[in-house]
Amino acid sequence: MDTHVALSAEKLFSIGPFPVTNSILTTWIVTLLLIAFAYFATRKIKAVPGFLQNIAEAMVEAFQDLVSSVAGDKTKVFLPIITTFFFFIIVGNYLGLLPGVGSIGFFETHDGQKTFVPFFRSINSDLNTTLALALVSVFATHYLSIKYLGLGGYLGKFFSLNPIFLFVGLLEIVSEITKLFSLSFRLFGNVFAGEVLLTTASTKLFAIIVPIPFYFLELLVGFVQALIFAMLTLVFMVILTQKNAH
Amino acid sequence: MEIVLAKGAAIAIGGIGPALAIGLIGFKAMEAIGRNPEAQGKVLPAMLIGMAFAEAIAIYALILAFTG
Repeated sequence: MDTHVALSAEKLFSIGPFPVTNSILTTWIVTLLLIAFAYFATRKIKAVPGFLQNIAEAMVEAFQDLVSSVAGDKTKVFLPIITTFFFFIIVGNYLGLLPGVGSIGFFETHDGQKTFVPFFRSINSDLNTTLALALVSVFATHYLSIKYLGLGGYLGKFFSLNPIFLFVGLLEIVSEITKLFSLSFRLFGNVFAGEVLLTTASTKLFAIIVPIPFYFLELLVGFVQALIFAMLTLVFMVILTQKNAH
Repeated sequence: MEIVLAKGAAIAIGGIGPALAIGLIGFKAMEAIGRNPEAQGKVLPAMLIGMAFAEAIAIYALILAFTG
């Protein structure tokens, strides 16, 4: 059997006209986990925090220090979305490392070829998820830019009468598109390559001791990529909401 | 017997530039930390972000090697 990690997520069933793939199913699980944690951690807020509230406070405090060092006075507006990006991506990455995700499934026959369809799949190994995250990031950045600079200031960043600045502005529009692709492909490539690596190490080589260093590598990569996505979104937001310093 | 090199060549050649870039970023970061060990808290995150940008190019080449 040739173990092969499919590039696109496999469809499990349909709800009406809407196909549900295994990565959508895993995304629902990640979302439920995060919402449940948020609900239980903030139910009864005490001055001396209990266990879950303590963890939530540590999470928020760590990110508040990070965001305020870059954003300054706009921290309160940027903090929720940056922290959400980080925790959604890191919980998704780490859930994809659990035993059973990617390995428990069923066999399906597509015109003569038997393929393996897992029930759950690491969410960021699907380009749809990372593209959606990148779209949300870029739209949030531009929305906040319009909110802080006004429509005139926002358009003035890209279009101006001076021909040199006009050329620079057009290049910046192109760079916004490449930002979208680079954010999504960086995350997708890292996590998908990690999936292929773990599958190869677990099936083509000795499957007991050999995958252990690769699992540590994936722990590191999952954390770093989540941090990079959040930090890049933060830096782009800060740059786009700055008044013109030309 | 055919030998197909396209996928391997894509990642092999596409990985040279980012590897050099990451090495140079690390080199300069080490130098900066060595000159001023107290600046480590500022140099290290900036180095990691720079390395992530450089690594993204290698990831593009890897995607083409998987699918192209």
